[in-house]
Amino acid sequence: MSAYTWWLAIGFLVLGPLVGALLAGIDRILTARMQSRKGPPLLQPVYDVLKLLEKDTLVVTHLQSLYLWGFLFFMLISGFILFLGSDLLLSLFALTVSGIFLCLAAYSTNSPYSNIGSARELMLTMAYEPMLIMVALGFFLVSGSFRVSDIVQGSPWQVLQLGGILIGFLFVLTIKLRKSPFDLSASHHGHQELVKGITTDLSGTDLALVEIGHWYENVILLGWLYLFFAPWGLAVALPISIVLFFAEVLVDNTHARLTWSSALRVSWWVTVLFGVTNLLVLPLIGHSS
Amino acid sequence: MFPIIFLMGFPLVAGLAIAAAPDAETRGRWVRLSVALIALVSVLLALSSMGEAPRFFALGEGTQHGFDLAITAASLALALVLLYFCRRIRPREWYIPVLILLQTGLMLAVEFAAEHPEVEHALYVDSFSALMALIIGGVGGLICIHAIRYMQDYQAHAEGISDRRPAFFFMLFLFLGAMFGIVFANHLLWLFFFWEVTTLCSFWLISYSGTEEAVRNGFRALGLNLVGGVAFAGALVWLTMGPGLHTWELDRLVDAGSTLALIPAVLIAVAGLAKSAQLPFSSWLLGAMVAPTPISALLHSSTMVKAGVFLLVKLAPVFHGTFAGFSLSLIGGVTFLVTSLIAVNQRNAKLVLAYSTIANLGLIVMCAGIGTTATLWAAILLILFHAVAKALLFLGVGTTEHLIGSRDIEDMEGLVYRHPTMAAMLLVGVLGMFLAPFGMLLSKYTCFQAFLTVDVMPGAGVLLAAILAFGSAPTLFFWSKWMGKLVAVPRSAPSPEPKIPRDEWIALVSLTVVTYVACALFPLADLAFVQPYTQALVDSGLIPASADRIPWETIVLMSVMLAGLFTLPLAFWLRRPQYAEVSGYLSGANVSGGASFRGAMGLERQVESRSYYLQSFIHEVPLMRYALIGSALLVILMLGAGL
Repeated sequence: MSAYTWWLAIGFLVLGPLVGALLAGIDRILTARMQSRKGPPLLQPVYDVLKLLEKDTLVVTHLQSLYLWGFLFFMLISGFILFLGSDLLLSLFALTVSGIFLCLAAYSTNSPYSNIGSARELMLTMAYEPMLIMVALGFFLVSGSFRVSDIVQGSPWQVLQLGGILIGFLFVLTIKLRKSPFDLSASHHGHQELVKGITTDLSGTDLALVEIGHWYENVILLGWLYLFFAPWGLAVALPISIVLFFAEVLVDNTHARLTWSSALRVSWWVTVLFGVTNLLVLPLIGHSS
Repeated sequence: MFPIIFLMGFPLVAGLAIAAAPDAETRGRWVRLSVALIALVSVLLALSSMGEAPRFFALGEGTQHGFDLAITAASLALALVLLYFCRRIRPREWYIPVLILLQTGLMLAVEFAAEHPEVEHALYVDSFSALMALIIGGVGGLICIHAIRYMQDYQAHAEGISDRRPAFFFMLFLFLGAMFGIVFANHLLWLFFFWEVTTLCSFWLISYSGTEEAVRNGFRALGLNLVGGVAFAGALVWLTMGPGLHTWELDRLVDAGSTLALIPAVLIAVAGLAKSAQLPFSSWLLGAMVAPTPISALLHSSTMVKAGVFLLVKLAPVFHGTFAGFSLSLIGGVTFLVTSLIAVNQRNAKLVLAYSTIANLGLIVMCAGIGTTATLWAAILLILFHAVAKALLFLGVGTTEHLIGSRDIEDMEGLVYRHPTMAAMLLVGVLGMFLAPFGMLLSKYTCFQAFLTVDVMPGAGVLLAAILAFGSAPTLFFWSKWMGKLVAVPRSAPSPEPKIPRDEWIALVSLTVVTYVACALFPLADLAFVQPYTQALVDSGLIPASADRIPWETIVLMSVMLAGLFTLPLAFWLRRPQYAEVSGYLSGANVSGGASFRGAMGLERQVESRSYYLQSFIHEVPLMRYALIGSALLVILMLGAGL
């Protein structure tokens, strides 16, 4: 840990939502262009959240706000750990805990739509969690450490050594970003059978908290993606990871939604075929530790 | 040495006195008193053993001889008692008396061998066994207290079950005494005797109700544990008459290392696997669910299954770096993965707990088979956290069952609003099992790192880590959906329900506090009990020293998370947001709150939604069948690699 990483971590806490909101804004513009629309202004997500904060908040139970605080708190911790250059595995655990709190918030309202949304969200967590662990294990095997600060200074070849893991990660990134074909816990469109799934019974300030949490989450995920290319330096690695990140928008617009069972099955197969296999053959392609 | 003798002997005396108590009132009082004494002595022993190197005790020649004779006589009596119980077996359970005779025959061969090794130190205490004693005395004792009132309700509700409560409490205390024996005996023959006493107790307690199902499950537990017992006796025969190592002392067996001690160690490992309900032996622990809840709690948390993993962890230095050890880890891994998946299928809260117990023990066995400093560290902490949190959950489910009349997870919907205290305790238990930063998380964290540095054969470490990753995912799913049910707001106003009885309340609150304290003071437990133990093993050159300790920075970050878990509810309590309450969304067609809606044809319909059990995705029966075959093959592989 250096002064630089401390600034980075604090920067995440302060500027994270802004960066996340910009990512969301670009996402919406890109989506619109793919659908031959003009799309909203870049800062539209920010306007949306500001409007939500001004609205009356309706709750089914007061405790739902408590669970949402937990969601946001662990999200902040997860990103803080990541940008501090500390332990990647620990950051992942915090991210998982954060997701569980979001599910608890939805479960607590006990409407059928929230119930289905949170059950599906948990199933998706079960689907992507092993692959995210494989990512951390892969970095450990090539750099000999779970510490982000060591991974960043790893061998420039690490992205080739971890090629399979990168493919697996991009696959589960689609789930984490709630993109089609995996947007089955909270659809973008309120008129579908799910209504809004996990966020159905959240409104006003509560819903704004969820949006802000997701902005943070997107920054964290971009950070994970960046780690693969990090040894090449900021100037090269950041553009590559941003391009890959927005490639997900293309996937989103070209795929129909899967059922939960195929989502689970497909992601576990991808984890085994790309993730585990990559780890097993890693000694053959040579690693530095 | 006196605390040790006290802990081993007093439960027997107390049990006899309690069994002879004139009435239920007196019995309850004596149970509380005895538990208090046992807990006090185990705490004192733990305090005096904190950070200490292992201490070995030699008894005088006369004393030891006397004990030897007494234990031989008691072993024979035990075999006779078991044979007497066998009068109720079915024809297809013919193997049970055969196993008893086989085991007794092997024991007699050992006892009356022409020459046998001398035992110098019959008893010992090290920081690990002191921690175990704390778990047995503390958690086991609280379960006994919970049982006082629980059994009263149980007998009141259960028609046609004869009231054998005096014998019931005697067996509970005998069980505790035998557990203390297992953790303090260095004399392997004594250890084996205590081992068999726990088998007898568990058999009797599981068949307590005397129904056909209970008796059959009791015999299944007996039969499977006897398979382990025969393997253990086989190890003793090898250690007495075999061509290699000759000793009757546990510490010498461990000191001998893998070149000399692997054969007896794999045999004892079979006994350990049977006792800790690992695949392919796991079915007895699921059958044990028919017993009254305090029994399940006792078997699952602080006794029985913990005896199995205790011994496996003790023998870990022998397994370290061997293929047999890797096979043992794989058995644990298969158990962890398969039972975690099957737990997702279960609606019955006790079955969820049972499968998760087996899964957790599987994780401990994985660690024991690898046997490095880091994995032993993780294994011992897992034993601690699992004992505390699982006892809390079992007793919590038992009490909840008495409160709401069901142990179905679906029926626990809205418990946070119906029984806030009860729900809070269950939530603490669940969080302690899989979320608390210092519980499972930390152990998993250490395991990943330790597994990846295994070099028994290429790919071994990756395989174990992958099993752990895939097994953790369903764990997260079934715990979270259970919590989801607990926190759900009830759709209709809850009706007033009965209060928690006092004894049950004492046990539950104490266990909740202990779970909290164990999480918060985990670094202390680590310094006082775990590190001295692993350090002693490193110093004697049994396992390699390793640098992969958890860095302080990680500990600090985890503490911040734990502090967050503590302070968020507090902050919420102090600055409660004032929002308007509405009922849950039902497409705007709500009739009475969130409970019913206006459906097709204008009819009022009740809202119902259930959790996902993924029964179309995880097929329990075939999955279990493959797992049994696979794990049986792995046991053979382990034995083959050892012999």
